[in-house]
Amino acid sequence: MKKAKWLVPTIYIIFLMLPIYWLLNMSFKTTTEIINTYTLWPQEFTLDNYKKIFTDSTWYTGYLNSIYYVVMNTVISVAAALPAAYAFSRYKFLGDKHLFFWLLTNRMAPPAVFALPFFQFYSSVNLFDTHVAVALSHCLFNIPLAVWILEGFMSSVPKELDETAYVDGYSFWRFFFKIFIPTITAGIGITMFFCFMFSWVELLLAKTLTAVAAKPIAATMTRTASTSGYELGLLAAAGSLTIIPGAIVIYFVRNYIAKGFALGRV
Amino acid sequence: MNKTVNQKAWFFVIPVFVLVAFNAIIPLMTVVNYAFQETFGNNVFMWEGTRWFKQIMLSERFHASLGRQFLFTFIILFIQIPLGIAIALTMPKEGIGVPVCLVLMSMPLLIPWNVVGAMWNIFALPDIGFLGHSLNALGFDYNFTQQIGDAWFTTILMDVWHWTSLVVLLSYAGLRSIQPAYYQAAEIDGASRWAIFTKIELPKMKKVLTIAILLRFMDSFMIYTEPFVLTGGGPGNATAFLSIDLVKMALGQFDLGPAAAMSLIYFFIVLLVCWVFYTLMMRNEEKS
Repeated sequence: MKKAKWLVPTIYIIFLMLPIYWLLNMSFKTTTEIINTYTLWPQEFTLDNYKKIFTDSTWYTGYLNSIYYVVMNTVISVAAALPAAYAFSRYKFLGDKHLFFWLLTNRMAPPAVFALPFFQFYSSVNLFDTHVAVALSHCLFNIPLAVWILEGFMSSVPKELDETAYVDGYSFWRFFFKIFIPTITAGIGITMFFCFMFSWVELLLAKTLTAVAAKPIAATMTRTASTSGYELGLLAAAGSLTIIPGAIVIYFVRNYIAKGFALGRV
Repeated sequence: MNKTVNQKAWFFVIPVFVLVAFNAIIPLMTVVNYAFQETFGNNVFMWEGTRWFKQIMLSERFHASLGRQFLFTFIILFIQIPLGIAIALTMPKEGIGVPVCLVLMSMPLLIPWNVVGAMWNIFALPDIGFLGHSLNALGFDYNFTQQIGDAWFTTILMDVWHWTSLVVLLSYAGLRSIQPAYYQAAEIDGASRWAIFTKIELPKMKKVLTIAILLRFMDSFMIYTEPFVLTGGGPGNATAFLSIDLVKMALGQFDLGPAAAMSLIYFFIVLLVCWVFYTLMMRNEEKS
């Protein structure tokens, strides 16, 4: 029984790792090897694909652009969501339930519905092809998510904490920053993880709202694939590199994930 | 928690409200604007009433992509939810195995969606991809760019690969929140493994599972990038789900009126299903 129990997650993880391995495998091959032969590991091991990405500015600026707007979006989302989530978890106010559902509907809105109007709207306010445009547009789904998760965490903090602090003579903002925020660090960590994740993986809006100056790495990849033939090795190397930021973020929140999921909502 | 009535709480909500409204209401009004009018560019609009809505509602193309969308969503929910629960149940509960499993399983969730599509494209290519090559070597006639069945199989397998971990993580969190006392009581009563699952674990996971189903429904219903990169909606229109069809109509053919009408119908369907879920969820929460 004990041995069999290990089998399921192990097989699942192997299944998860296979396509990733294949991508890595391709990224270390030369183009001729990819096209002409089927090999389970690189026969002529090469780092040329990676070299090209790190030396060609059209490639590496793509990474910088992506990281730039993702970080910006995460900061905006969490900063705006913190007071709102507090309001939802502690107070009743006119239209609170409707507002909460309305927020959630934006998490449900298919980005494809918004692609064209976003393009026109951000062009008309002169934000087209800027990092701010992408960061703001990703707020559409990240803010509702952040409010939702944070509200879950905040509701699990007993209200007595607030009341005791006021009795002790804390002002609201002092209580909020000195006591309340430190008690929900795990929740904030999880929220940032999700905001980062959804902004990092989204491409449709990011691609629609950028042309040159703020083009994300993922868009650089699709355009290369279509213009300069099918450079699979280069594509695979660029793809492999997009996994790294995610892997780093997971490593930092690994201890929070299980705990955070249990307390929070998502 | 009993909440106090405080209208000033609105001040806390204002930043969120402004940011989301900025992104949601103005573009949505643009869509509504297009949905009722005909335009030839240069900001010249003619009122069309509900013509585009009628056209979309009666078009076979829309019925077909809506049908494909529902079929796809049902298949992946049917696979991912039970599979996710099964993996969560068998995951280690303590020791070094926990972070290893969590980190490795979260990996697919953090890969940009077009990279997921590109990765699976390379992985499934019949001649040089591991999956395609292996299947052909085993005697299956597999080619996802030519055969409809293979295209569906690959798209579903990709989605299972991509998103089952989310269900696993949520279920695992739900399982972790069960007090050991419940299991001890079950052991004293001599409950079978199946009874423990249906009587203790499943009810305790109800809340997280609702969220998992809700998230998976929403996200699979708006799936765009991965199948677009993997199959491009093909062969033919076989894997052209709603979003792919919509973008094709709006940005490819520039049929703004019908595309806008379709957007609104599309959004309305998602909203309706999610509202039902949300109401059920909130009712459960009030009960407990």
